[in-house]
Parts: sequence; structure tokens; C-alpha cells
Amino acid sequence: MTAVSSTLPTPRFTTVVAHNWKLAIAVAVVVSAVSMAGLPAAVSFWVVGATAALVAAAFTVNAYRRHYFGALLVAPAIAVLFVMNIFPLLWSLGLSFFAYQANQQTIRFVGLGNYVRILTNDLAAHATWGALINTAMFVVFTVSAQMIVGFLLAILFAKQFPLRKYLLILVLTPMMLSVVASGVFFTYYYDPTFGILSYVINSISGNQFILMSNKVGAVAGIVFADAWMWSPFVMLLVLAGLVSVPKYLYEAAAIDRISSWRQFWMITFPYIRGLLMLALLFRTIEAFKLADLVILLTKGGNDTLTISYHLIRIANEQNKTSEGAAISYLMLFMVIVLTNLYLYLANRRTQGA
Amino acid sequence: MAESILGKLGFRRASGVDEAGWGRTLAVAVVAFIYFLPVLFIIFTAFKPQGDALLVPPTLSPTSLFGLIPDHFVFKPTLENFGSVFSRSMTPDGAPEATGFDRYFFNSIFIASASVLLALVIGTLAAFGFSRYPLKGNDTYLFIILTTRMLPAIVVIIPVILMFRVVGLSGSYLGIIMLYTAFNLAFTIWMMKSFFDELSPDVEDAARIDGSSGMRVFFKICLPQVIAGLAATFVFGLILTWNEFLFALLLSGPDTRTVPVAMNQAVSSGGRGTDWTLLAAIETLFLVPVFLVTFFLQNHLLRGVTFGTVKR
Repeated sequence: MTAVSSTLPTPRFTTVVAHNWKLAIAVAVVVSAVSMAGLPAAVSFWVVGATAALVAAAFTVNAYRRHYFGALLVAPAIAVLFVMNIFPLLWSLGLSFFAYQANQQTIRFVGLGNYVRILTNDLAAHATWGALINTAMFVVFTVSAQMIVGFLLAILFAKQFPLRKYLLILVLTPMMLSVVASGVFFTYYYDPTFGILSYVINSISGNQFILMSNKVGAVAGIVFADAWMWSPFVMLLVLAGLVSVPKYLYEAAAIDRISSWRQFWMITFPYIRGLLMLALLFRTIEAFKLADLVILLTKGGNDTLTISYHLIRIANEQNKTSEGAAISYLMLFMVIVLTNLYLYLANRRTQGA
Repeated sequence: MAESILGKLGFRRASGVDEAGWGRTLAVAVVAFIYFLPVLFIIFTAFKPQGDALLVPPTLSPTSLFGLIPDHFVFKPTLENFGSVFSRSMTPDGAPEATGFDRYFFNSIFIASASVLLALVIGTLAAFGFSRYPLKGNDTYLFIILTTRMLPAIVVIIPVILMFRVVGLSGSYLGIIMLYTAFNLAFTIWMMKSFFDELSPDVEDAARIDGSSGMRVFFKICLPQVIAGLAATFVFGLILTWNEFLFALLLSGPDTRTVPVAMNQAVSSGGRGTDWTLLAAIETLFLVPVFLVTFFLQNHLLRGVTFGTVKR
């Protein structure tokens, strides 16, 4: 189903027809350059936008007349992603090579200076590496907690039983809560004076119990809240795998009197292995971004600063825009590695299955 | 037609015979109830009288369940808090003022639904393109698109803030809707592509041979078969966009503020500490729409969450 080849002749460069995209690009470049030189930034942005639209229109007409349907269908999505994601990314790549602060006017080229600074400078590098190590720790703890809880929940819901639909939605609700509300309410549950947790432990042990008083408690509190919110997501994935196992396999296993432990490893596990892998990687990437719960629960105290929150502080609170951009690219690199891993495993799975 | 498609996608299975009996229901109910407790506590807090919020030990139930629960754990439910979400006195003895939360609720509904639907339209078209008319370097495009989804929001937010400031889009509906659309797009494209990939090509080919145009094939043959996918994508996009906090915090203005941002403000301002009953009331109201949508589209979620990778 490739594009139908067409006999539409390529127009001469100077001919004004709707599908002459080369001319449209030439016009756009000239007009953009003039407007950027002569008009204020806010106005010239829209002028540049209009010329970009002109080029896009020329491409569209060209693709339509030549029956390039694939390009036509994909174009709007690529345009939105380009403006809102890829262009900002390129911009911040550029910024990461400059010394620039959003609240000041000066801008100075420093090359790789920002990267060198965040990775080797005494203070900055210390914070970056500390945050990275904390992030890795949170990834390990939250993801393993979510995998275990999600898996157990999925096993509970795997079979059809009365009222299943209504009980399932109860378990899914934590995922739908706004993280602001659940985070703030977790500070209440953990509160040493009013909180339920301290109340229960105080009345058992008789000593004043403060969960957030040390790193172990603070990490445990954050991990628990995050695992509670996102285990249902893992559950949904595993559940989808569990219900896809054909029933006749279990029936055959029952006839052969295979123990339920072996049944799980021989029949069930191969069906959910790929989905477990997907859940693992998806949650890993999400846990890598963990910031909001940390902000709400500890504000980074007790050495719980994560790389995402570190970035928010640097870029937004301390206005070190270009240093933030450099950290962004450090993160982007790691995300690309993780994404590749994810795709590799996902592809291997579809080929193997 | 509809019946066979549903059967093919495996939705009949869910409403089949009960394999496990009421015993399982009871066991799962206990677990689900414990899992739901923190949410239940928030919902109950929304109904508590203001003074009850910080009692030690906390009051836990609106009824004594016929004397089962001791009196000091029981609170008298009130609807007062829901009223004060929308209008309350800001000073100790001032007259009630409007809090603007009706506006924020409208903003949340408008922004979330507009961006999820927009992403659904644009993304479904693109997914169909990627699936049926592969471009040169198709996989590279798809990889770049997936990367944009995996990115931490903050990585793009610095340049987006700068860009919006220059253009004058910060604090406007258009800006935040476009941004959310972009973030939902990646997800929508990947999910819908996997649904299109799974369709059997026979009917489509037959229609093409009969001379149906590409557009007709898309609308009359392909689209009706992926309605489940559309629903699943919609629910997931909605849950994520509905609760999105960081972008909204940094990019919405006073007129376009969404509920999570306003909630954060209502909690952290005033200097009197957190107003727990108010926060709980806001969250309870805020939970209702997304809860209902998820409940009614629940059957599609199971399939949707797998990105359509499970072959049935």
C-alpha cells in the first residue's frame, strides 16, 4: 500500500502554483528574516508562524495532488509535536551551551561548561550525583513494590466473580486521585501529632513515633504513597495478560495433574512475561520522573531530593536556566537509553510470541 | 457486525459465567476495601464538620453502624464543606465570597476534554497513516514520538515557558491545550497504531478493490472496529491530563487555572495550616467526573492498557 505514483510534473521554481513548495520555502525564509530583523519578537513570532503555515500548506497540496496519503495523515501530529516538544527540546539544547538566567538579560557562550559544572564542580556535582543516587533508589523501591502489589492484586481479580466490576473500580481509584490531594493527605496520615500511623504506633509502643524524622522513614513514606497510587496500573497490565491465557491450557494441565506451582511457571508466566516487562519499564520511566510526591511529603528534606525535583529547583526556583537545560539533557540521555531498552524488549517479545 | 467485533476483541469474556463464586467476592472485597481506605478517609473528611478534622484519634465513620462503632469515632455528616468550596468568608468574620472554584472546575473539564479529544482526532489520523501508508523512516518517527512521551515534563518546560512568554501564550487556554495535546499525542498514536495494525486487512482490501476511497475505508471500515481502542485511549489520556499538576502550575494564568493548581493554592495559602475538610471536599468533587468516565469505560481499559499488544 505504498503511495500511488503520480504523473504530476514538478513545477518550475518561479511558477506560482499551490504545490510549489520550494518557492514557498524561499518566500518563508526571506519574510521570516525580514520580520525577525525589523519587528518586535511577539509580532515576528506570528509572522514566522504564518510563513510556516504557508510552507505547510504548499507541502499539503503537493502531497494531496501526488497522493502521498501517509504524509498527509501524519502531518498534523508531527506539526503539533514539533512546536510543543521537539522545538522546545532543540531550544533547551542550545541554551545548555550558554550561561543564561531567565531573570537576567545577559547571555554568554560557555560551550560544554554547564555539563562540566554539573558533573564535576564540587557543590553542583555533589547535588546532581546525590539526586541521581536517590532517584535510582526510589526507582528500585517503588517499582519493586508496585510490581509485587500489582501482581498480587491481578491474581485476585483474574477470575470472573460476582461484583468484580465494582470491586475493581475501588482498587483503581487511587490512580485517579490528584497527586496534590493524595500527597497532602499522606502528610496527614504520617503526621506525628494528628496522623493515624503515629497514633496507632504510639498506643502500641508508648513512645512518640515520627515517620519522617530520618531518611529511612521518609523514603519508606514516599515509596508507600507512590506504590499505593500506581500499583493499580501494574495490576491492569498483568490482568490483561492473565485473562489472555487460553482456558484449554489449564484444562489440559488439570488432566495431566500438574501442580499449581508448575502450572504457573509453565502456562501463566509465559503469557504475562512480556506484559510484566512492559509494566516494569513503564513504571521505571515514571519513577525516574518522581518529583511531586517528594515536594509534597518532604520538600527534599532528609536527603530525599530526586533528579526531577533537583531540576525544578535549579531551573525554576533558582532561575539557573541553562544549568537546568544541561541537567535536562543528562536526563534525556538516560530516558532515551531506557526507551530503547523498552522497545528492544517489546519487539523481542512480539517476535518471540 | 458489532457483536462479532466485540467477540473478536474479547470483551464477551469479561461478562461470561462466574468462574469463582461469592467466596472470592468476599475475599477480594476485604482487600479492595483496605486498598480503598485512604480514599474513603478523604471522602469522609469532606463530610466532616470543620472542627472534627484534626481530632485525635480521628473520627472515622458517619454512622455508628447500629452501635458497632464507639461514639467517639463517629462524626455528624454535613454538606457545609461542599458549599465552601465555591463560596466562603476569607477573613474570620467577613461575608462569604466566591472562591472562583466554579471557574476552575470549568477550566479543568474544558482543558482536559479539549486536549484529549484533539489528541484523539490528530493522533488517530496519524496512527492510521503510520499503520497503512508507512513513510520512509517510519520507525524513526515512531521512536521520536515515543521519546517525547517518556520525557520528564520538566525537560521541555523551561523552553516552553520562555516560548510562551515571548509569544504571549502563557496563561491562555490555547497554550495549555496545545501542550497537553502534544503530551497525549504520543500515547494516542502508539496505542491507536497497535489497534489498526491488528485489524484484519481482508475487508479493507475488498473495499478498496470495489473502488472505495481511502477516506471511506477509514471512516466506514477501520474506525468502527477500533472504537474500543478510542475509548481506552480516552480514559487513559483523561486520567493523566485531569490530574496533571506541573505544567498547569507553571503555565496557567488566573483565568485558566485548573483545579489541581487551585487546590494546591487553597491548601498552602492563608497561613492557618491546611484546611483539611475543604481540601477533601474539593478532591471529592474533582474525583467524581473521572471516576464516572472510568467506571463506564472500564471494560475497554483492560485492553487499552496493554497498548493492544495482547493478541487474542
